[in-house]
Amino acid sequence: MTAAPLHEPDLALHVEDLTVSYQGKPVLWDVDVDIPPGVMAAVVGPNGAGKSTLVKAVLDLVRPTAGHVRLFGAPYAAMRREVGYVPQRSAVDWDFPTTALDVVQMGRYGHLGWFRRPGRREREMALEALDRVGIADLAQRQISQLSGGQQQRVFLARALVQDARLYLLDEPMAGVDAPTERAVVELLQELRDAGRTLVVVHHDLQTVRDYFDWLIVLNVRVIDQGPVDRVYTAANLRRAYGGQIALIERPAVDDDARGAS
Amino acid sequence: MDGLLTLLGDHTVQNVVLGAIFLGVTSGVLGSFAVLRQQSLLGDTLAHAALPGVCLGFLVAGGRELGFILAGALVTAVLAALLMLVLTRRSRLKTDAGLGTALGFSFAVGVVLLTYIQNTGDAAQGGLDSFLFGQAAATLRSDLWIMGGIMVAALALVAAFWKEFKLVTFDPLYAGATGLPVTLLDVVLTTMIALAVVVGLQMVGVVLMASMVIAPAVAARQWVTRLEHMVVAAAAVGVVAGTGGALLSALVANLATGPVIVLTASALVLISILAAPGRGLLWEQLARWRARRALRGRQVLTTLYELSAEHRDPHYPAERGTLNTFHGLDTRAALARLERRGLVQRVRHMPDEGPHWELTAAGREEARRTLAQLGAAEA
Repeated sequence: MTAAPLHEPDLALHVEDLTVSYQGKPVLWDVDVDIPPGVMAAVVGPNGAGKSTLVKAVLDLVRPTAGHVRLFGAPYAAMRREVGYVPQRSAVDWDFPTTALDVVQMGRYGHLGWFRRPGRREREMALEALDRVGIADLAQRQISQLSGGQQQRVFLARALVQDARLYLLDEPMAGVDAPTERAVVELLQELRDAGRTLVVVHHDLQTVRDYFDWLIVLNVRVIDQGPVDRVYTAANLRRAYGGQIALIERPAVDDDARGAS
Repeated sequence: MDGLLTLLGDHTVQNVVLGAIFLGVTSGVLGSFAVLRQQSLLGDTLAHAALPGVCLGFLVAGGRELGFILAGALVTAVLAALLMLVLTRRSRLKTDAGLGTALGFSFAVGVVLLTYIQNTGDAAQGGLDSFLFGQAAATLRSDLWIMGGIMVAALALVAAFWKEFKLVTFDPLYAGATGLPVTLLDVVLTTMIALAVVVGLQMVGVVLMASMVIAPAVAARQWVTRLEHMVVAAAAVGVVAGTGGALLSALVANLATGPVIVLTASALVLISILAAPGRGLLWEQLARWRARRALRGRQVLTTLYELSAEHRDPHYPAERGTLNTFHGLDTRAALARLERRGLVQRVRHMPDEGPHWELTAAGREEARRTLAQLGAAEA
């Protein structure tokens, strides 16, 4: 991790020529994404568009077939501590025997490194984060007794204690009640106003323009990206959602030949 | 009591008890991770896959040398786990099918090897088939060193990598994102489950060893809310089941040890599933019953309140028959409970009618609160 020259350091997230495939089928094909710092970006697209895969590829959780990812100019391995992650709520078993406070403290494990246990500092940070997401009173609550909205807040608090410059959130508003959605959005906008960058996989097209200022429309390929006012168009959404099956089933090489260069 | 003390003085019994303690602690602690990672069936595959290793160890050592046998068992168990991984990663086989395939294949190899050894008529082969169902009484002092060593190693690993194991068990995706080597930790945890299985081969045998890994953790999960407590509780359940079962089998009727240990553990699982506070079935039933009773009390109270409002009389005496008819059930018990809480009181109204009840001031207050809550919920 010694100083390799930075590549596109002015971008919070730079994804170039990224292709990810599962068992020979492209999930992401030749994807370029550039997100400037300080924006709150939504990633939208139909089911199977590769939204979660894009997030996982950025986090080095899936190995791309081709292409590269840079965060503030550096590869993820060097930027790990600058990136906060909120996985889908359904990614874990909420019957795991632990408390809300303990889950939030897991956000500090990356900073602690091997063998060091979380101590008073981590505990205080976690309590503060729980307070910020409005559930300080649930710190000692067994996580299986939390509602869906409260679980989402716990995940959010865990990302907060990472104290990151870039946050990646996978469907943070899926299946939560209205007050939680409002709280989540307000918190994310607060983070953006403090100069953090947020990339949010989002499923609700209705709210995109109210919540976000940057938009990436994805369906295996990037349909369009940029400021939400320019990109949120009927034509873009039709292209992404209309031809869902055809786009995936069509041999990707054809797409490439027609789309590229 | 005296009999028990004499028993504990016995050399064989000492060995059995110590061995059962090592077994219980190891399988309880490591089993907790296996169960939480939803790898219970992996434990079963590993246990059955230990049999060919037991036989190979025997063949290599030329006799019943526990060190060789357990090393062999560990090797083939881990090989089976790898085979399973390759099958599910490289082909479209689902995990359960992969586990089943690996289990069947390796156990078949084991049984073939076992019968081969038995047919050679080697005098030293005596007791090899005890690895199928376990035989606690065969535990030697030297075996204890091996079992104790594995226990200490397992505990040391869990202590050293506690937060990493916890995170990778709870949320592997997030663990990967924070830079933990998830695959490596997976391999280590799986190997440790194999270790837990291997520790119990002597006492429990390959056929049932998986339940010795699974059962204590399942029982413990019912009683705890934190992983650290679960690990300790599972170790305790493991020790109780292990020592209890081993002593029973060795002393009472010379039964096969494994099944008796597993039956003891299963009894503890059953009790935990039924009776554990918060999660137990009986407990849930009790909570539901209490809630229903409280609901009935609230209903009777608000009915009294509405009746007195309708009659424009805060002290309106309602006859129990009226209340019974309104609710379609006997309200005697509910009224008695409300009376004990000071919310209603019995009044004399007409000499030729049944008992009458009116709200106390506290009762009116409580009824108003309840109705306000209901109204808020509906709004």
